Amino acid sequence: MKSIFPRRILIWFAPLIFLGVFFFYPFLRILAFGLSFETLKANNLQLAVHVLLFTFYQASLSTLLTLLIGLPSAYLFARFDFHGKSLLRALTTVPFMLPTVVVAAGFNALLGPRGWINLTFMHLFALNSPPIQFVGTLGAILLAHVFYNTTIVIRIISNALSGLDPKLEQAARSLGANERRVWWNVILPMLRPSILAASLLVFLFDFSSFGVILLLGGPTFATLEVEIYIQALQMLNLPVAALLAFIQLLCTLAFSILYTRFSTRVTIQSAPRSANQHKANTIKEKVFVFAFCVLLFVLFILPMLALPLRSVSRLQADRGQQTQAHYGLTTDYYTELFINRRNTLFYVPPITAALNSLLYAGATVILSLLLGFPAASVLAKPGRLEKILDPILILPLGASAVTLALGFIIAFGRLLISPWLVPLAHTLVALPFVIRTLQPAIASIPDRLRQAATTLGASPLRVWQNVDWPILSRATLSAATFAFTISLGEFGATLLLARPDYPTIPIAIYNFLSQPGDLNYGQAMAMATLLMTLTTVGILFIEKQRLPGVGEF
Amino acid sequence: MKRFSILLLVSMILFVSCAPKPSTPQSLTVMTHDSFAVSDDVIQAFEQANNVKVTFVKGGDAGAMLNKAILSKSAPLADVLYGVDNTLLSEALATDIYEPYASPALKNIPAEFQLDSSDRALPVDHGYVCVVYDKAYFSAHNLTAPQSLEDLTKPEYKGLFVMENPATSSPGLDFLFATIKHFGDSNYLDYWKQLRANGLVVVDGWETAYYTNFTGASGQGTQSLVVSYATDPAYEVMSASTPIPDAPVAAVIGPDTCFHQIEFVGILKGTKPLALAQKFVDFMLSASFQADVPGQMAVYPVALNIPLPDAFTKFAPIPSQPAILSVDDISKNRDAWIQAWTNAVLH
Repeated sequence: MKSIFPRRILIWFAPLIFLGVFFFYPFLRILAFGLSFETLKANNLQLAVHVLLFTFYQASLSTLLTLLIGLPSAYLFARFDFHGKSLLRALTTVPFMLPTVVVAAGFNALLGPRGWINLTFMHLFALNSPPIQFVGTLGAILLAHVFYNTTIVIRIISNALSGLDPKLEQAARSLGANERRVWWNVILPMLRPSILAASLLVFLFDFSSFGVILLLGGPTFATLEVEIYIQALQMLNLPVAALLAFIQLLCTLAFSILYTRFSTRVTIQSAPRSANQHKANTIKEKVFVFAFCVLLFVLFILPMLALPLRSVSRLQADRGQQTQAHYGLTTDYYTELFINRRNTLFYVPPITAALNSLLYAGATVILSLLLGFPAASVLAKPGRLEKILDPILILPLGASAVTLALGFIIAFGRLLISPWLVPLAHTLVALPFVIRTLQPAIASIPDRLRQAATTLGASPLRVWQNVDWPILSRATLSAATFAFTISLGEFGATLLLARPDYPTIPIAIYNFLSQPGDLNYGQAMAMATLLMTLTTVGILFIEKQRLPGVGEF
Repeated sequence: MKRFSILLLVSMILFVSCAPKPSTPQSLTVMTHDSFAVSDDVIQAFEQANNVKVTFVKGGDAGAMLNKAILSKSAPLADVLYGVDNTLLSEALATDIYEPYASPALKNIPAEFQLDSSDRALPVDHGYVCVVYDKAYFSAHNLTAPQSLEDLTKPEYKGLFVMENPATSSPGLDFLFATIKHFGDSNYLDYWKQLRANGLVVVDGWETAYYTNFTGASGQGTQSLVVSYATDPAYEVMSASTPIPDAPVAAVIGPDTCFHQIEFVGILKGTKPLALAQKFVDFMLSASFQADVPGQMAVYPVALNIPLPDAFTKFAPIPSQPAILSVDDISKNRDAWIQAWTNAVLH
């Protein structure tokens, strides 16, 4: 026992140093700078409570809805084989990395006052005003959160589902259990750690939500993070912002501790499976597969379709008479991407932006796997040390990004200007995902398999290669996909310092959208289409990797 | 012998590293807001003339950028800070982040733009936040465009006006200032209550207001009046995918309908390449940079006798009766005004 303890500390060393330098140090610096007892006044506390309640309320609702859609979808992807499955799976991941401005544009084209759905209703029922009010409602916030985060549930839970040993279900069935009992008594209990992990990640994302609330919720809704943004960056009122950030950090810590309490009780044991997937056979299965494919299409692909459509349609003639707007097809916006018409220093050639995005994404994948693997492997067999460290690893996900960005400025000064800081910041967000994805998979490897292999004379490397890796490979791909999309989506990057000479695609989209003129809007849509294509292709590529030891795919 | 060779090596390294290297350019870091842009050749000319490599970093919108500059006061992120405007100037001056510099180029700049008498923040450009309307919508509906702030409360414009939230967007805040100037500190909230009753739409920021809500831009919106910039008509013409003879939008030009915004540059205290930073400030006030300003950033130059692009002279005339508030007034009341506005309009 004595020899294990120092080894564990050694394994913890890299992830903890990373979090210490890039999360705790800057965060504590900014809190120390901003927090003061004078801030603890009645009106500030009243504001904090008011905002905290709404934050909690919308995050809980959003998480429930996301699970409602995500669980059956995870089942769909884990258990059934159908045409276009990998493409549909990749496409449900795309929303996760789309910039909020672009998502808002997509939802507006669909559900806005002049969106397709409202125009259809107005036409069909001869209405004078749009029947559906979308932007500025709680519904818009919830729908956008489901749109963004369902992929988290799908990825984490379908991994767990396809890793489950079907013999357990078969045994239950042959003992006379019906389908519902198999679910309640066999499958769901075994999925509990994954469901908890996915719910926590989704909840923290919704809890610290920012762009969605601002753009789709409108000015009447404010979460803690939105209020921090307003106080810190618009009102230049750092003490109140620091107070709110401190409250948000405490809440995140509480959720994380609660989660670790619940999740460590159950461990599933599973073996690598390849025969878990089949084609839909019964009518019930066929209806389920069809219905969910349609639902996923409507929910995830339809809102995104507006972007490629707008990127090839000209909407210039007859402006002002929108009901009869002429949609002419054009490739102008794409060709214009390659021209630096105004000879500006900050012109972003699309190839360069794509390459920079991919470079940062690649670095984020490598860095977060390197840091995530050791942490996940010790967390899988938690000791006393892990029980304390586990909740701490999740903190960066729920902590205020606005505050952290300001902390970076105090802590790092001119070092911030280095483009290398970008993948480091992305890794901070990706790491909790990578760890949560790898940990259940590592925990699911039965020790007896390893022991058997060792008894049969296999070297430790051989054991890892033939026992651990086949089970871990799928989770590793999933973790890599998370890191990849998080980086491509530039989470929180707009809050740090931007280097216009190292532009990425999301930055280019923001640049276009900040100026008037139909060329700018069209180019933003073209760039967004490029980002969607790049992500889809990237995810398909990661998933199609035949890692050694993987027998399926 | 061994000791001697080490000594020789060390002195050689010292010599090499201390030797003057005229070929390696010095470096200068300039922090700007997100809307900053400049022509490639204009910057290159400055870099070549002064043997310098200029690195630009963008710090968010003007408020976020200033906050970052204030936070990093003891170890500045950059040598030069561009983009603080008259609504933020008091904060910037009060926190003492600037190094004063009386640039000789200031002689070409009218006194009305020089708001800081001790030359810590020097004016570079100015613009106007106005109510902008969709021309096609108004002609198709046989409506005349509003002429004044008061007109916006008339029933014929019910539900047609979209603006940005002053708490999250600088054009929204500037428009709020314009109404405070026009109606006075004690009456402006009554005006806003009337606007609210007349179906005012408030969104988070300019991108949403212009590209989602405004009918004149993306074709998806339902509001034909938007709080935006006086230069929009020129920009719509310059950034049209097919040439258009006339601007699709125009600014409402009336008493106090536009808020006057002036943007400043300053040298950050503690900068090492001080002489170079001063040269850069001279350069921003020089004719070559000033002439570049309209086409790149959609604002007007502050220096005298700078030719404007055709689209500007044709479609974006300088508003004649803009609203102006003193920087001290703004600094003293900004937070209270935003809070009062939020309570009156949003809650």
